[in-house]
Amino acid sequence: MLIRQSPDILSSEITSESTYLNRRSFIGKTVSLATMVSLAGLNSALAVAGYNYPIKEGVPTYTGPQWLEKKIVDLTDSGFSSSEELTPYLDVIRYNNFYEFGPDKNHPARRAQEFISDPWSLEIAGEAEKTGVFHLEDIVNPYGLEDRIYRLRCVEAWSMVVPWVGFPLAELLKRFKPTSKAKYVEFTTLVDKSQMPGQASSFSTIDWPYVEALSIDEAMHPLTLLAVGLYGRMLPPQNGAPLRLVVPWKYGFKSIKSIVKIRFTEHQPKNTWQLIAPREYGFYANVNPGVDHPRWSQKIERRLPNTLFDRNTRETQMFNGYGEQVASLYAGMDLTKWF
Amino acid sequence: MFLSCLLPLAWLIYRVVSNDLGSDPAQELVQSTGEWGLRFLWLTLAVTPLRVWLKWKWLQSFRRMLGLYCLFYATIHLFTFITLILEWQWGRLYSEFLERPYISVGVTAYLLLLPLGVTSLKTIMRRMGKRWGQLHRSIYIVAILAFVHLFWQVRSDYLEAVVYGTILMSLFMLRLIWRWPQYFRRVNS
Repeated sequence: MLIRQSPDILSSEITSESTYLNRRSFIGKTVSLATMVSLAGLNSALAVAGYNYPIKEGVPTYTGPQWLEKKIVDLTDSGFSSSEELTPYLDVIRYNNFYEFGPDKNHPARRAQEFISDPWSLEIAGEAEKTGVFHLEDIVNPYGLEDRIYRLRCVEAWSMVVPWVGFPLAELLKRFKPTSKAKYVEFTTLVDKSQMPGQASSFSTIDWPYVEALSIDEAMHPLTLLAVGLYGRMLPPQNGAPLRLVVPWKYGFKSIKSIVKIRFTEHQPKNTWQLIAPREYGFYANVNPGVDHPRWSQKIERRLPNTLFDRNTRETQMFNGYGEQVASLYAGMDLTKWF
Repeated sequence: MFLSCLLPLAWLIYRVVSNDLGSDPAQELVQSTGEWGLRFLWLTLAVTPLRVWLKWKWLQSFRRMLGLYCLFYATIHLFTFITLILEWQWGRLYSEFLERPYISVGVTAYLLLLPLGVTSLKTIMRRMGKRWGQLHRSIYIVAILAFVHLFWQVRSDYLEAVVYGTILMSLFMLRLIWRWPQYFRRVNS
C-alpha cells in the first residue's frame, strides 16, 4: 500500500488554498462516508501542498534538512481525518511529556530548542533479514509523507487532536523482511545527557534509555504511524524530532520520541513505564475508560486547550475511538488483565 | 508581611486574567495552589526552630498568620480541584476521595488542618488552655500527610519531593535535638 507521489502534478490538480482551508466543512459532510471506507481511505491519495496549516506570526516553526523539507511539500492527504477541532499548534508544541528534557510539561519546549536532530541515524536490529545502521534520509526517502489527523490521549487524562506528518510504520518494517521469529518490535530513544538534561537528573525514576514496544500485529497496523512532522511542518524537537511513533489507540507514552533503534524480538520486551510501575502501566496501554489508572480515573479526559470556564471535558472512548479499526487485534483478550 | 503572603495569589490571578496558565490552566491552578499550601505549612513549622535557634522573637507573632495562609491556599487548592477537575459531580467526588489514596490522604490532611484554623482565634485559644497546644500538635500529622500526598503523585522525578522531604525532616530533627520535654516546656506558652 505504498503511496507514491506522481512526479509531475499539473497545477490544475493541486487543491487551491481556499478549498483546502474549507476542508473542515467538507470533512464534516463526508465524515460518515469516511468512517465507512475507513482504511480504504489510505488509497485516496489526494494531493495537497505542504505548509497549509496557518500558524500565527511569532509562534516558532521548525525546518528540517533539505531532503525532508522537499518531501513535506509533497504531503498527501491520507484520508485519516477527524471532524474534531484541532488542538492549536502552539499548545501542541508547548505542552509535552518528554522526560528526557525534564519532568514538567514546559521543560521540553524550554530545553529542547538546541537539540540536534540532523544528521540522524536509525539502527534496525534483531529478527530480520536486513539489519544495520541507516541514515534517516535512507529510512524515510522511499515513502510519500501523509497528513493524518489523530486524537492523542495521554494516560494522565488530557488529550489533543494533532495533524501529523508521517508514513505507516508497516511500510518501513516490511522493507527489512522480519523473520517468523519477529513477534514484537522494540523502539529506543536517544541517550545523550549533554543534550537531554532530564537524563542527567539523579532523581529520575526512569532507567534510560526510554524503551517502548508493540506486538508485530500492532506495529503492522495501518493506523500506526512513524511521524517526521506535524501541522504540515517539520517535527519540533520537543515533540520528538526527527522521528517518532504515533499509535493513536494507545496512551501517549507508547508513542516514543526521537527514535534511534528499532529491534525485532521474539519475546515481549519490557517498556519503560511498565518497568517503573507495573501495577499502573502495562505493555498494551490501550486507551480504555473501563480500566482506571490506580491513581486516577480514565473515564473522562480534558481536551486541550481548555479554559477555567470550559474545561472541555469529554468521555474517553474505548481504543480512543479507533475500536472499529483495532478491536480485532485484541479479540478474546481480557483487557482488564492485559492493560 | 501580611500582604506579601498574598503575592502568590495575586500572581495566579494575574496569570488567569492574562491567559498565561498554559495549555491546561485547570491543572496548573490546582497544582500551584497546592504547592503554596505546602510551602506555607513548611514556613509555619520553621517559625519555632528559627525563633529558638536565631533568637528571632519577632517571628513568633507571624506564626498564626502563616498557618492561616496555609489553610487559605489549601482551601483554594481543594476548591479548584473539586470545581475544575471533578466539576462538582458527586459520583466522581465520592469515588475519587475514597478510592484514590493520594487524594484521601490530602483530604484527611485538610480535615485535620481545618480545626487548627478555627481554634486559632485568641479567645478560643485562651479558653482551651493546655488542650490548645495538644490539639495544635496535630500539625505534625498534617505535614506528614501533606508530604505523602505530594510524594504519592511522583511519576518520573523525585527531585521536588526530595527537596520538600529534606526540609521537613530537618524541621523535625531540630525539634528532636532539643529533647522533647524540655523543649515543649519552654516553647508552649
